[in-house]
Amino acid sequence: MLHLALFSIFGAICVAGAVNLLIQRHPINSALSLIAVLASLAVEYLLLGAEFVAAVQVIVYAGAIMVLFVFTIMLLNAGEEERTPGSRVAILLGIPGMLVGSILVAWALLRYSGTGSVSVGALPGPPNTIAQLLFHEFLLPFEVTSVLILIAIMGAVVLASREETARPARKEQG
Amino acid sequence: MSITTFVTVSVIKIVIAFAVLLSAVAYSVWLERKVVGHIQNRWGPSYVGPFGLLQPLADGLKFIFKEDLTPPHVYKPLYIAAPMLSLICAVTSIAVIPVGNWVDVAGLHIPLQITDLNIGLLVILGITSMGVYGVALAGWSSNNKYSLLGGLRASAQMVSYEISLGLSLIGVLIVSGSFSLRQIVDAQAGHFWGFIPRWNIFHGQEVAFFIYLMSAYAETNRVPFDLPEAETELVAGYHTEYSAMKFAMFFMAEYANMITVGCVATLLFLGGWHGPIFGPPLLQVILPVFWFVLKVFCFMLLYIWVRGTLPRFRYDQLMAFGWKFLFPLAVANLVVTAFIVAVRA
Repeated sequence: MLHLALFSIFGAICVAGAVNLLIQRHPINSALSLIAVLASLAVEYLLLGAEFVAAVQVIVYAGAIMVLFVFTIMLLNAGEEERTPGSRVAILLGIPGMLVGSILVAWALLRYSGTGSVSVGALPGPPNTIAQLLFHEFLLPFEVTSVLILIAIMGAVVLASREETARPARKEQG
Repeated sequence: MSITTFVTVSVIKIVIAFAVLLSAVAYSVWLERKVVGHIQNRWGPSYVGPFGLLQPLADGLKFIFKEDLTPPHVYKPLYIAAPMLSLICAVTSIAVIPVGNWVDVAGLHIPLQITDLNIGLLVILGITSMGVYGVALAGWSSNNKYSLLGGLRASAQMVSYEISLGLSLIGVLIVSGSFSLRQIVDAQAGHFWGFIPRWNIFHGQEVAFFIYLMSAYAETNRVPFDLPEAETELVAGYHTEYSAMKFAMFFMAEYANMITVGCVATLLFLGGWHGPIFGPPLLQVILPVFWFVLKVFCFMLLYIWVRGTLPRFRYDQLMAFGWKFLFPLAVANLVVTAFIVAVRA
């Protein structure tokens, strides 16, 4: 009972954070709402018995990646969002479209997937179980993903350093 | 254990841990002023009470009665939220830190820890990674160049050093084979060859301890890495615009973070509450807690000693040290530890 109540409360916080993310006009408020969304998602994972995923969600997403978001917004000193006629059209078309889309997805999921519930602890949650899965059964996908991330990092380095070489060489200051 | 006993026991433990942590914060400020004073050949606080022991109380009262200024140009919601966030993140991690063995009170078998989680260490890392927001948002919402620079420096520094900090802890995790802080400490019981304690620092994790120590100084923004609040260039960094209790909250958060870092170092590297235990049953309960507190105290003393003796780094030196020296060293330590453990297994 308490479990269900907590799950609903954090689900509501998560949705409220997501809506607030879209409504807020200042990028830093949106970024903070996203942090709230990610943190309440972590609590949902915890309530589902996936404690390791919950902790990693907080450390990686809410902690590290969102810090970089906030950092960039602070560094660029991004101002308030501008509203143009185009954005009004986007609101008029986007909100009903999104509602219809999410209702369709929810209906399809309820209709075609099994509606049976899974009890807490039935799926892998503790760190050692996750480690067994990652490093035994799914070792190849895991390693391939890490190579993919490595390629992304190298791409970012190449993109960032191109500007440096394109710039005319500065004179050495004597 | 029924739900009412569980709640009662938990509330009692939370109240005690919170009270002890806050007084430890207050008295580490006193300790720091006193020790740095003696290093610099001064007396430090000496008027309020014997040896200035009541100085933290006087300071607290002063902070409470000061006028709470809010500058007109700040972004108010975040300006107010930032110090709270800092302090909350700093004190919450005490919830998973074990300070001693189990005790038997009124027929109950209770661990000296608010809660024992199988992801205890990850919880601490998660909470400290959220603490960055307090500093970053304080710098941004103050709408002041010095604050912004301080906030940016602090967040860049904390994000960079978090990597080597995390990597240095993984070596210990490999040796202990658990995320639970209680199990990590239990794995360090006993001695090598009968006299060297089986602490992780004597268990091939010396380099990891060094990396942890350096990263911890940077994480808590302390000398020699206190660039976010370098007073000679940034006035006071991210808390330039803060006064009264809001400033005090940042101050408390800094010291609470130091204590947390000390506790983690003690648990992971210095054998937690293990030490010589003897005497009657009551003493056997108290001694582990005493050893734990003594180790944390030594760690705090080291912090203060470093503050009293080392000058501040330059910002590029700080970043180069973190990325080009500590990070590769941490990776090397991790690989070597993993290799040795794999060969032994």
